[in-house]
Amino acid sequence: MATLLDKTQQSNRSSPKWITHIVVPLFNLFVALMIAGIVIYFNGDDPIEALLLLIKGAFGNDEFIGFTLYYTTNFIFTGLAVSIAFHCGLFNIGGEGQAYIGGLGVGLVAIYLGHLSPFFVIPLCILAAVIFGASWALIPAYLQAKRGSHIVITTIMFNFLAAAVMTYLMVEVLIEPGQQAPQSREFNNNSWLPFMHEIFNFFGIQISVSSLNFSFIIAIISSLLIWLFIWRTHWGYEIRTTGANQKAAIYAGISPSKNIILAMVISGGLAGMVGINEIIGVHHRLILDFPAGFGFVGIAVALMGRNHPLGIFFAALLFGALYQGGAELSFDIPNITRDTMVFIQGLVILFSGAMEFVFKPYIENIYFFIKNNLLRS
Amino acid sequence: MRIFLTTITAAISFFTLISIANSADHKFVPALVFDMGGKFDKSFNQAAYEGAEKFKKDSGINYKEFEVTAPTQREQAIRNMAKRGANVVIAMGFAQAAAVEKAAKEFPNTKFAIIDMVVDLPNVRSVVFREHEGSFLVGMAAAMASKSGKVGFIGGMDIPLIRNFAAGYVEGAKYANPNIEVFQNMTGTTPAAWNNPGKGAELAKSQFGRGADVVYAAAGGTGVGVYQAAVDEGKLAIGVDSNQNYLHPGTMLTSMLKRVDVAVYNAMKDAKDGNWSSGIISLGVAENGVGWALDQYNRKLISAEMEEKINQARKDIISGKIKVKGYQSN
Repeated sequence: MATLLDKTQQSNRSSPKWITHIVVPLFNLFVALMIAGIVIYFNGDDPIEALLLLIKGAFGNDEFIGFTLYYTTNFIFTGLAVSIAFHCGLFNIGGEGQAYIGGLGVGLVAIYLGHLSPFFVIPLCILAAVIFGASWALIPAYLQAKRGSHIVITTIMFNFLAAAVMTYLMVEVLIEPGQQAPQSREFNNNSWLPFMHEIFNFFGIQISVSSLNFSFIIAIISSLLIWLFIWRTHWGYEIRTTGANQKAAIYAGISPSKNIILAMVISGGLAGMVGINEIIGVHHRLILDFPAGFGFVGIAVALMGRNHPLGIFFAALLFGALYQGGAELSFDIPNITRDTMVFIQGLVILFSGAMEFVFKPYIENIYFFIKNNLLRS
Repeated sequence: MRIFLTTITAAISFFTLISIANSADHKFVPALVFDMGGKFDKSFNQAAYEGAEKFKKDSGINYKEFEVTAPTQREQAIRNMAKRGANVVIAMGFAQAAAVEKAAKEFPNTKFAIIDMVVDLPNVRSVVFREHEGSFLVGMAAAMASKSGKVGFIGGMDIPLIRNFAAGYVEGAKYANPNIEVFQNMTGTTPAAWNNPGKGAELAKSQFGRGADVVYAAAGGTGVGVYQAAVDEGKLAIGVDSNQNYLHPGTMLTSMLKRVDVAVYNAMKDAKDGNWSSGIISLGVAENGVGWALDQYNRKLISAEMEEKINQARKDIISGKIKVKGYQSN
C-alpha cells in the first residue's frame, strides 16, 4: 500500500474529472453504507433488506418521491448558503438561525398582508425570507469584515439568538389567541404556495399528496442563479478571489471586507429561503423549530457537493432520500430507530466530507494501473 | 441441499401460517407517535412508551411507533399510521395538534388521540392535564419543607405549558406560606432545553446560591441535572411527570405525577374494547390524572403535618374550595 501511495505522490499524474467527481464520492458513499450495514447486521436486522426498504421509502412511489424532493428543497437552500460562504473562505454555521429568521419574515408578511392577491403576497413573502435571512447574516458578516470577530463563533451565537427571539415572539406576541400551543394562526390561503400535486392536478395529471411544493422550483432556479453568479459575474470572481487569498485580493484591488459582507448576505438570504418551503409551503402558519437541523445538514451538503450547485443538488437529494427513506424504514423495521438514521447520516458525512480524499489515491492508482497495464496491451 | 431446502420451505410455511394467524387474531393495531423529545426522554414521551408497553403486556397486542425528527414528519407519520391500517393513532404533545387535525379529517374512520392539546373533531380524543393542580400540591410541599423561605422552579423550554406548571407551583407555595419567595428559571428556548442536564445543574446551583433550598424541575431530561445538583449541595428537589423519587432517595422531596402512561394505556384499551369516546378528557387531581408521589423513598422527608395539609388541599381542590388558576386563566 505504501508503495502505491508513494508512486502517486512522486508522479504528478492527474486523473480525469469523472474519477474525482463521480467515482470517489460514490465509493465513499458505498463505504459509509457498508459500515452502516455491518452495524445493522449486528443489531439483528438484515442490512440488504434495510437498504432496499430505504431506497423504496425514498423513491418507491410518487408520494415518497414528493417527500424526498421536499426535504431536498431545504437542503438545496442551506447547501447553497453554506457553499457561497465557503467560496469566500467563510464557514457559515448560522444557516439554522438565518432559516429561522427568514421564516419569521415570511410569516409576518403572510399574517399581516395575507389577504392581498397571491400574485402580490407570495413574491413579497419570498422577498421577506431573503431580506430577513440576509439581515440575520449581516451582523456577523460586518463583525468579521470590520472587527475581525470570527464568523464561526458569531454565527453560532446568532443561532441561539434566533431561537430566543422566535420563542419569545411565538409565546408572547404571535401566538393564536386562546390557544396553548405556541404557533400563529393559520395564514389566509392567498399566501399559500401551491403544492406540486395541485400544480399537476391543474394540468390534469394526478399525483399523490405530499409536502412537495413550488419552493422546489424556486430552489432549482436559485441553483442556476448562484452558478451564474459565482462563475459568470465579476462579483463571483471577487468573492472567490477573496476566499482563495485575501492578500492577493487586496493587491488586485478587491476589498475583502466588502466581499465578506456580500457573500454572507447572499448566504443568509439563501438560508432564509428555507422559510418559504416550510412556512408558506407546508405548515401555513408560523411554528417553533421548523428549521429542524436543515441549516446544519447544509454544511455536509455543501462539503459533499464540492460547493458546486450541481453537486449540491445531488448531495441534497442524497440527504433528502436519507431523511424520507429513513423515516419509512423506521416504520417498516421498528428496531431501526431515528437514532440509527442519525448514525447513518453521520457515516455519510464522515466519509464524504471529513475523509473525502482518503480513498482517492488508491482509486486513482487502480485507475492508472488498469489504464497503463491492461488497456495498453 | 435437500435438508436445506426443506428447512427453508418449512420455515416459510411456518411464518406464513403465523402471519395468517396474526392477521386473523389481531385486527386491532394501535399506533403511537412520539414527539421530538424522543421515546427515552425519562419524562413525557417515556411515560407514553411505558403506557403502551403495559398495554402490550396486558393484551399481547403489538403497537406501531414512530419518533418524529422534524416538524413535517408529524403529519407524515400520523397519516402513514392511519394509511397502514392503525385503528387508533395516539399523538404525543401539543405540537402535533395541526398534524392530527389534518389526518383526522382525511381518515374519519380512524380513531385519534392527542395528549396535552385539544383538537375538536368527532374522531379525536383530546387528553389534557391540569398540571397546575398537581404543581400546586408540590408547591405546598416545597414551601413547607423550605427552611430558608425561598424555593425555586426550573422549567424546560419557555412555552405556555411549562408556565402553567410554574404558575400552579407558585400558587401552592404561597398558599402554604404567603411570605415565600419563588425563583423561576427556564432552561432555554429550543427543544434542546428538554435535554440539557448540565444547564439544569447550573440553574439549580444558582438558585441554591440565592438561598433556595427546594427546587422543582419541570424540564424533561434536564431535570436529571437539577436532582444531581440537589444531591451535591445537600438540598431538596422535586421530580416531574413520572415518579422520580427513587432517583436520589433522601434529597427527592416528592414528584409531581402526570399520568401520561394511563392516558395512553386507556386510549389503546378503550379503542380495543369498544369503549372509545371522543372529545375532551381533562385530567386533574380529582381524576388522579395529576398528583404528588409519596413512597418509601421520600417517606422520611414528608412529615405527618405536611402530608395532612397537602392531602387536605387535594380534597379542597377536588371539592372546588381551592381554585388553582394556572397560567392560562391569568
